[in-house]
Amino acid sequence: MEILLVLIPISIGLAGFWLLSFFWSVRNKQYDDPEGARYRILRDDYDDHPAED
Amino acid sequence: MSNAEYTSPAACPACIATPLATDRASRTATDGAQEVHLSLPTIHCAACISGVENGLSRMAGVQDVRVNLTRKRATVRLAAGVDPQTLARQLSDIGYEAQLLDGATLSAGESDRLARDLLMRLGVAGFAMMNIMLLSISVWAGATDATRDLFHWISAAIALPTILFAGQPFFRNAWAALSHARLNMDVPISLALLLATGVSLYETAHGGKHAYFDAAVSLNFFLLAGRFLDQKMRSVARSAATQLAALEVPTALRLNGDDAETVSLGDVAVGDLLLVRPGNRVPVDGVIEAGASELDRAFLTGETDPVPVAIGAEVRAGEVNLTGPLTVRATAVGEDTLLHSLADLVSVAEEAKSKYNSLANRASRIYSPVVHLMALSGFLTWMWLTGGDVRVSIMIAVSLLIITCPCALGLAVPAVSTVASGKLFRAGLLIKHATALERLAEVDEVVFDKTGTLTLGRPTLKGAEGIAPEALALAAALARVSAHPRSVAIADAARALGLPPAPLEEATEYPGLGIEGIVGGRKVRLGRAEWAGDIGAAAPQPTGATLLVVDGGAATPFRFEDTIRPGAQALIAHLAERGLPVTLLSGDTPQAVAHLADQLGITTWRAGMLPHEKAEYLEGRAAAGQRVMMVGDGLNDTAAIATAHVSIAPASALEATRVAADVVLVSPDLSHIADALRIGGRARRRILENFVIAGVYNAISIPIAFLGFATPLAAAIAMSTSSIVVSLNALRTR
Repeated sequence: MEILLVLIPISIGLAGFWLLSFFWSVRNKQYDDPEGARYRILRDDYDDHPAED
Repeated sequence: MSNAEYTSPAACPACIATPLATDRASRTATDGAQEVHLSLPTIHCAACISGVENGLSRMAGVQDVRVNLTRKRATVRLAAGVDPQTLARQLSDIGYEAQLLDGATLSAGESDRLARDLLMRLGVAGFAMMNIMLLSISVWAGATDATRDLFHWISAAIALPTILFAGQPFFRNAWAALSHARLNMDVPISLALLLATGVSLYETAHGGKHAYFDAAVSLNFFLLAGRFLDQKMRSVARSAATQLAALEVPTALRLNGDDAETVSLGDVAVGDLLLVRPGNRVPVDGVIEAGASELDRAFLTGETDPVPVAIGAEVRAGEVNLTGPLTVRATAVGEDTLLHSLADLVSVAEEAKSKYNSLANRASRIYSPVVHLMALSGFLTWMWLTGGDVRVSIMIAVSLLIITCPCALGLAVPAVSTVASGKLFRAGLLIKHATALERLAEVDEVVFDKTGTLTLGRPTLKGAEGIAPEALALAAALARVSAHPRSVAIADAARALGLPPAPLEEATEYPGLGIEGIVGGRKVRLGRAEWAGDIGAAAPQPTGATLLVVDGGAATPFRFEDTIRPGAQALIAHLAERGLPVTLLSGDTPQAVAHLADQLGITTWRAGMLPHEKAEYLEGRAAAGQRVMMVGDGLNDTAAIATAHVSIAPASALEATRVAADVVLVSPDLSHIADALRIGGRARRRILENFVIAGVYNAISIPIAFLGFATPLAAAIAMSTSSIVVSLNALRTR
């Protein structure tokens, strides 16, 4: 059961990281425009080809 | 959202954009850059987002652009010294309708911050719930002794700060209620949260078997979810309503000698000389010092016909100047204007509406005392059964509190309202008041205003086909130089019949009278019968009629009627089908009202009603036990709207009226009101069903908890199942 001593801190650490990212995203007003977010991923302004030198 | 309603000619601030309007639209940020808000009523797709963002960011001075599609708005950070008007112009050049919004009005809304605050707490509660649940499952799976105690301690370390942070909205409300010696739903919620955490901590410290950390935190999570939905739904409606207000930048043109400067409405003093241009609203109450024109008083009186005014005439704030520029000396400003005294009724209405006993209120009024009594009786019974074992008895009381806690109840109403309001929002209706949906479901009588509500308040030419084509073509040519609603109607009618305007040598508009032109060397006049008739041999015409007269020749009369709003016929037919009695109350003349009532098939109508008569009529109906829905747009309807059981105002209404109304119809199509009634009814049924579900769940779980079989596992299962069932049921609202 010693594995618990490793696993529990890891799981809490990961969850804490998630919580901090959540704080950041709320503060950054990421949830203010759910409608727009739905469409933004469909924009073709960003092309996914590698940059040509 | 429709854009047709966004800009009535007189209420469009972008058309009269002035340096001050732009000032107010932008707020200066710390680094000298300014933040500008733009309304973009027509954007709807991914290409629109890119178009607007790329189009603006190419401009000099633009530092950052962000389009919000949910709100149909863009926020732009602009270098200091750049005129925000150029943004709107740039957008209209690339094909997007855009208007500057009054930043001061927009930022007055605090609801966004509240929603974000709740979301933050919701996120924390969710995070804690998932982690504690992981640990709890190991305990339920059979962890014992030191392992179990360790897991309980870790749970406690997560749960304590979470409850203290995420439970705050409940604690605050509960405290507010208790300090006024009242009970609300938040009192048992807070009690359950605090007791469950406290008892679990005690149990953990004494190596006990059961801890309720997971129950306390998930309870907190589900209840916050309900609260967040509620807040979010209202903040969307409110932000849309604020946006309507922000479109009207409150400014006036003050005359200093020969110069007109734009000043904020708050800076206008009694005695100031103001210039009111054609197409603008009169900003204050006053007396005309110079100029002649016609005023559209429909908002104040319901009259369709424009009223001619000249020097010495009194004008009221809110009236629309139609033809000539007017110089007005202010006699009453701000809070002393008639407009404002009518707007004051709004606060009275708000108060009356807050007294409305919503279903959720009634449920919680029964619920709170029952839960407290039950927990107390559980505690006392077990004290007696065990001969004074406080630890066992408190555990029973806590499990009773947790299991009866209104997870389902707290979600039952907000989940349904959110789904229903979302549906109506898409149909072009803003539900502004929290209990408006429920009140819509109870409507058993409907009262309409005429001008601006059932009609568009915009004249159309009557019997255009019956008018000689040459005369109509000539009239259309004259009408093109004027922005008067009747001129527009004539030009529209000629265009609809495919008549090219006759060639004109010259045309001049005489404010308040009409238009004079020269055709083939002969003078022609289009305008008021008294004035136009002077040059011809016309038969006497009723005052206020419009005539086309060719010098020395015959006169052609033009008659107008108010345009019926799209969907009005369908709505009246639908109401008749539902068996709801419909009444038409108008301040207009009996002939005009009778004519419209005939066309729409309304049998009960009253004409020439003064504002207070409308309100009295509604009070009378309410006293007779009727629940009346009032649909109106004018200031003369504001009192009636405040009195009605539930009220709807079209977006073209004045701000005071929109604020007083429970629902704002953004779409120009009236038939959506039928949707509002239908969805209101469905929503009420779903809420009641949800209450039944919550009741059944409690009827099963309370005896189990009372007998002491409610383990933390059972509580967790029962709580999540009921919450999910209630949310799924809410989704059935159509």
